[in-house]
Amino acid sequence: MRNVIVIALRNLFRNKRRTLLTSSLITFGVILVVVFGGLAISFKSQMVGVLTNTAMGDLQIHRKGYVESIDNLPLNLTLSGAELAKVETMLKGMPEVAAFSPRIKFGAMISNYAQTSNIRLSAVYPEMENRTVPEFVKRIKGHIPDPDKFLKPGEILVPENLMKGLSLKTGDEIVLVATNKEGSVNAVALRIAAVTENIFGPSGKDGYIHIRDAQELLRMDQPEIVEIAIHLQRFEKLSAVSSQLKGESATSQSPIEVHTWEQLSPFASIARIVDLLILVVKFILISIVLVSILNIMTMSVYERISEIGTIAAIGTPPRRILSLFLIEGFAMGLLSTVAGVVIGLSTLWVMNVTKIDFTFGQMNVTLAPSIPPGEIMWIAVIVMLVSLFAGFQPAYKASKMEPVDALGHV
Amino acid sequence: MSLIELESVTKVYQTGEVSVKALKGISLQLDKRSFVSFIGPSGSGKSTLLNLIGVLDKPTEGTIRVNGTDVNTFDRAGAAAFRGKTIGFVFQNFNLIPVLTVYENVEYPLLMLDRLPSKERRDRVLRLLDKVDMTDQKKKYPNQISGGQKQRVAVARALVTNPQIVLADEPTANLDHATAFRVINIMHEMTNEFGTTFVFSTHDPKIVGEAEVIHTLEDGTIVSTEHRKVG
Repeated sequence: MRNVIVIALRNLFRNKRRTLLTSSLITFGVILVVVFGGLAISFKSQMVGVLTNTAMGDLQIHRKGYVESIDNLPLNLTLSGAELAKVETMLKGMPEVAAFSPRIKFGAMISNYAQTSNIRLSAVYPEMENRTVPEFVKRIKGHIPDPDKFLKPGEILVPENLMKGLSLKTGDEIVLVATNKEGSVNAVALRIAAVTENIFGPSGKDGYIHIRDAQELLRMDQPEIVEIAIHLQRFEKLSAVSSQLKGESATSQSPIEVHTWEQLSPFASIARIVDLLILVVKFILISIVLVSILNIMTMSVYERISEIGTIAAIGTPPRRILSLFLIEGFAMGLLSTVAGVVIGLSTLWVMNVTKIDFTFGQMNVTLAPSIPPGEIMWIAVIVMLVSLFAGFQPAYKASKMEPVDALGHV
Repeated sequence: MSLIELESVTKVYQTGEVSVKALKGISLQLDKRSFVSFIGPSGSGKSTLLNLIGVLDKPTEGTIRVNGTDVNTFDRAGAAAFRGKTIGFVFQNFNLIPVLTVYENVEYPLLMLDRLPSKERRDRVLRLLDKVDMTDQKKKYPNQISGGQKQRVAVARALVTNPQIVLADEPTANLDHATAFRVINIMHEMTNEFGTTFVFSTHDPKIVGEAEVIHTLEDGTIVSTEHRKVG
């Protein structure tokens, strides 16, 4: 076999210019996939990171049926103290759960005593919220000396556009008016502690208050939790933890339902489009490899018909002739892949060194393109397999040639 | 028993509706250690006959036995294995593999055989290169040597597996007269030294005289057979 490989490699470089041209094409395809894949995967993970670490958490738990009517922010689909305690015990027993944050989410009216607008509020325990969405504090404009205490009872974080719309400034007092689940209306006066900016731009109307203020406003004797956001130790374990939580909440008695960020955020569609684009680029690569190898191997066989006749005549078995040409195509795929991966990874390295910044909504994102080793393996394996596949038809044709016909070929 | 036996061998080539009878019921025997030539004009069937004896093609009718084996029964892989062990080939255009050196070209048929210890393989190759006086050219590629040298390498390649038969179709057609004689003489020496049966076709009357048995073909049939004593 070693000799067949040697002959195949030498044959490959018999026509150096042609081999180089074809190889360059495949190399270009591999570079395209590595660089585009690196950028796209990096973009996706950065954006998912922004979403999960600043607002959503990796997973969320709600009372069954809440997500269906999430737009109405219903207050009658909450978890009672006992139910919350059970969930907390369950989460504390899971080593993959790094932190979790109970929230009360509701809609309210915000007034500066002269004008009124509506606001979506998240009532949180600041310390737990900071552990669960550690990047959230970066969205607060102003000096936050202790991220675990970004909010105190009696304070509110108001979104930027409402601040402008209601001509408010930090330190001003506002009044929140809300209706609780029994239908009674109550109000509470709060001081603006800081301004929050929304990751998707100035259209957001999400404010934050302390959970104790929400209890007072909504006249809850004890916290009735609407949502529990969960932060995982390792994001890659999302599916496993989600399955485990869903498994434990699958019984009919269980009041909770579990959703991953993908099931709750519209950005999941963008993430899927990114995946689709990567797939399209991979498909282009496969097409390039297929056409290139098929073309060069077909030419190679036609040019060497007489030679095929010679090696067949002197006793080369048909299967060895098949291997000879298959190895030739495979070797071209292998060399091109190695070159493409090396150049592609070098390009990503250069991009990492030079730093690529862009703005997504209100967020400044620095791309640190990198590609997982598994993705590189995938590319390499696919190119190898496609090279073999593309080389098979010409190789098979060569192995099936009658020696007498091949020898007579001019 | 003869080494090669042909019984009523006919070969018909069919091209569309046109059929051409290249060989018409040829029967002959070729002995071991003989130095045989087929002569005749172009289209007389010489190459077809060599192709059939060399198990490169199958007759339309008739039987061919090589060393007692009916070669018509082989499939493609079986025929390749049989050729590799039993038959060596020398071609008019030398047909050396351009990407292999002189040494590697001679070694190539041995690599297609069952495992042969590398030392034995090397010894065989070097001995044959020495016989054809090409040892000093062993590292060169075919495009770096002359036509006569190429044909000497081809003879060494044909003999390296110790075949019982070497078939050469117009082996001197692309060589000048002196080189042609040198190649024929090498082939003759090899017959004496290795006991190989050399069968070649030619239309060069001066080379024909070197053969011990001369079969003359015309229009697909053997019209005469001459046995000669070669000094």
